[in-house]
Amino acid sequence: MVSEGAAATHDVLLVGGGAAGLRAAIAIAETNPNLSVAVVSKVYPMRSHTVSAEGGAAGVIAEGDTLDEHAYDTVSGSDWLCDQDAVEAFVQEAPRELLQLEHWGCPWSRQPNGRIAVRAFGGMKNMRTWFAADKTGFHMLHTLFQTSLKYGDVRRYDEWFVTRLLVDDGRVHGVVALELMTGRIEVITAKSVVLCNGGSGKVFPFTTNANICTGDGMALAYRAGAPLKDMEFVQYHPTGLPFTGILITEAARAEGGWLLNKDGYRYLQDYDLGKPEPTPVLRSMELGPRDRLSQAFEHEVEKGHTIESPYGPIVHLDLRHLGEKLIETKLPMVRELCMQYERIDPVKELIPVRPVVHYMMGGVHTDINGATPIEGLFAAGETACVTINGANRLGSNSLPECLVFGARAGKAAAEYAASAPQPPSVVMEQVDDEVRRIDRIRSGDRGTERIADIREAMQSTMEDSAGIFRSGDSLSKGVDRLADLQQRLEHIQLSDETRVFNTELVAALELANMLDIAETMLQSALQREESRGAHQRTDFTTRDDERFLNHALAYRDSDGSARIERLPVTITRWPPGERVYGR
Amino acid sequence: MADSIQMRVTRYDPDRDSAPTVVTYDVPLRKDWAILDGLNYVKDHVDTSLSYRWSCRMGICGSCGMNVQGEPKLTCATFLTDYAPGPVRVEPLTNFPIVRDLVVDIEDFMEKLPRVKPWIVRDDVTVVDGEYIQTPEELEEYKQFSNCINCMLCYAACPIYGLEPDFIGPAAIALAERYDLDSRDRGQRERLDVLIEKEGVWGCTFVGECTRVCPKHVDPAGAIQRYKLKAAQENVMAFLLPRGAR
Repeated sequence: MVSEGAAATHDVLLVGGGAAGLRAAIAIAETNPNLSVAVVSKVYPMRSHTVSAEGGAAGVIAEGDTLDEHAYDTVSGSDWLCDQDAVEAFVQEAPRELLQLEHWGCPWSRQPNGRIAVRAFGGMKNMRTWFAADKTGFHMLHTLFQTSLKYGDVRRYDEWFVTRLLVDDGRVHGVVALELMTGRIEVITAKSVVLCNGGSGKVFPFTTNANICTGDGMALAYRAGAPLKDMEFVQYHPTGLPFTGILITEAARAEGGWLLNKDGYRYLQDYDLGKPEPTPVLRSMELGPRDRLSQAFEHEVEKGHTIESPYGPIVHLDLRHLGEKLIETKLPMVRELCMQYERIDPVKELIPVRPVVHYMMGGVHTDINGATPIEGLFAAGETACVTINGANRLGSNSLPECLVFGARAGKAAAEYAASAPQPPSVVMEQVDDEVRRIDRIRSGDRGTERIADIREAMQSTMEDSAGIFRSGDSLSKGVDRLADLQQRLEHIQLSDETRVFNTELVAALELANMLDIAETMLQSALQREESRGAHQRTDFTTRDDERFLNHALAYRDSDGSARIERLPVTITRWPPGERVYGR
Repeated sequence: MADSIQMRVTRYDPDRDSAPTVVTYDVPLRKDWAILDGLNYVKDHVDTSLSYRWSCRMGICGSCGMNVQGEPKLTCATFLTDYAPGPVRVEPLTNFPIVRDLVVDIEDFMEKLPRVKPWIVRDDVTVVDGEYIQTPEELEEYKQFSNCINCMLCYAACPIYGLEPDFIGPAAIALAERYDLDSRDRGQRERLDVLIEKEGVWGCTFVGECTRVCPKHVDPAGAIQRYKLKAAQENVMAFLLPRGAR
């Protein structure tokens, strides 16, 4: 039952309280203070996954760096699948956004003269990555959260889990949400809704992503009829700690760390990434792009050059030559994480690492202002796919992406809300339908399947079928297995009958979200018969611009299956070329 | 090493229980497993109704604070082997109302935090003027205070907060000091007006537990001491001079 007097009403509703959502909220509070703005999030904002970002945020500020070079690095890093108009807007606005964060108190690391310091990062030709030691996401998130407290009129719904978008006649009207503290199902109406609820790394078994990264925003949009774009592109970060999947930031390599195979050999030199030099060289070797480094690891596994560990093959990240002082000032969290979770000290010991699922290039299809094809519905951050990332995101582009497109989507959603007529009364059938869906899961008397079993089966399916290398065969098998899991989901058994803070119910709803978007990932991958960026097919090993210099749009068909359509890539100034690193 | 360990976990269902109870679970004792991995094992394989918060699993999101063997800890960064052969007690954070099982209500902190104005108070410079100059030394002044992850371990450890729920508390005061010490900020006066009140810094009797339990090496006790000094100076000034002259 929807509780009485539920329907709270706002002009703009932000779903998600990470960097994109909070940036959007502040943008609206500053530019349209008369609008009623609310942030709904399934966790307290400062728990959002932005908090885990480590290395930095790219924005041109250093002398000698140019916007064109940032754009070219991003375009070539994306294997030409980004939209270049979006990239041009992004590189142009990123420095101002990062400066804005500085004015709001972000503790950016500094040069001795007090100006902003920048560091190198993978795939970037110049030093342009702003950093707050190696806790950049943490500091950005807390700066945004604390600054948002200044705007007391921004209403927050902390620990409310949005389960459905209300859409009628092609226009969004609000959401249905579960209030975790009470277990009540509520309706919140709004003239515009911005999805800012992060990525979906948890569809894979081994990921840097937090437990909350279950692709909720993507699933909400997809079920409401909006297409998901470029879902086949999954970023493996080359350096995760075995077992936990905790990220060892790319900054460790930017500061001079080396990747070594079992013979202590800097193996990247064998993969067209340049020659080993004692100090870091930009766009070369350990500072190559993430897709190429993770693929090189897989080749080393095939050659038998990796080291066996209880958690699969690993290589070593060597920071020992950097010295304790540099590690303490520039990479304190790397040391802290290694000591805590591996019980090793990187000042003296090698760090075991392996590639780990880190980021979804794909997401809800939006234009350059975050608008989706559904009127009033916007998206920003990892949930969205604008796309500046194309087939492979460059490290340190995602944090500024949250700021630039969070602000853009927020402003666009505010403009829309300011001029849009009041939505007609909520379509009660949709609300009733959602209440029935949740109550049906909650009643839990349908069968014997366990959430954890289905989740683990989904995760191993995704790793087996859509890992760093895929094939038509592996992907087809994966599609069949997911269909089977969708069937099993119909028969899950919940044992938790308590309304208050029912995390089993949340896990069941998250699992349903993940299964839906997992299918879009496999279908998009199956139909992209080429290799580009992070999507490497063993049966189609080269890039095919003739057929596939375009985006995949996954629509949900009436029978629940994914239908793929194609959309041209926007090219402004950089025609497709070869990706060259280290030469 | 034994291959399992007993976890004695607080359970509380507000719909059914008049008071919390303790349930014992056997979980695998693995070298790499944190307390949180033990709880996840229980949730996935033993009792799916067990409720607790967690997210990043790398000690930075601040969700998974609980009392482990009586000490406030981040359960993702506290390891089962450190409590072998067990049993190990896992309870909700003390000093907060229990919502359910290991979940506590932190709304009190969420309401207190904005009161100390944890943001840069200044509006004389615009972004187009570029960055504020801040030297590494100036950054160092406030840096440790900026590492607070709002995990609430310090509130759970604070005996004053347990007795005086109005006390604004260690993390909020540490964050006030974080902005006071930031060379870009001009809001010291406004924050002092809040913290000079009875529920501000004066409740603290300098037990120092907050600093001891902080998983991020923030020193809230130090922040509170500095504020007491500022507030004391302020009180002397108030005695000597009318407010307008200050």
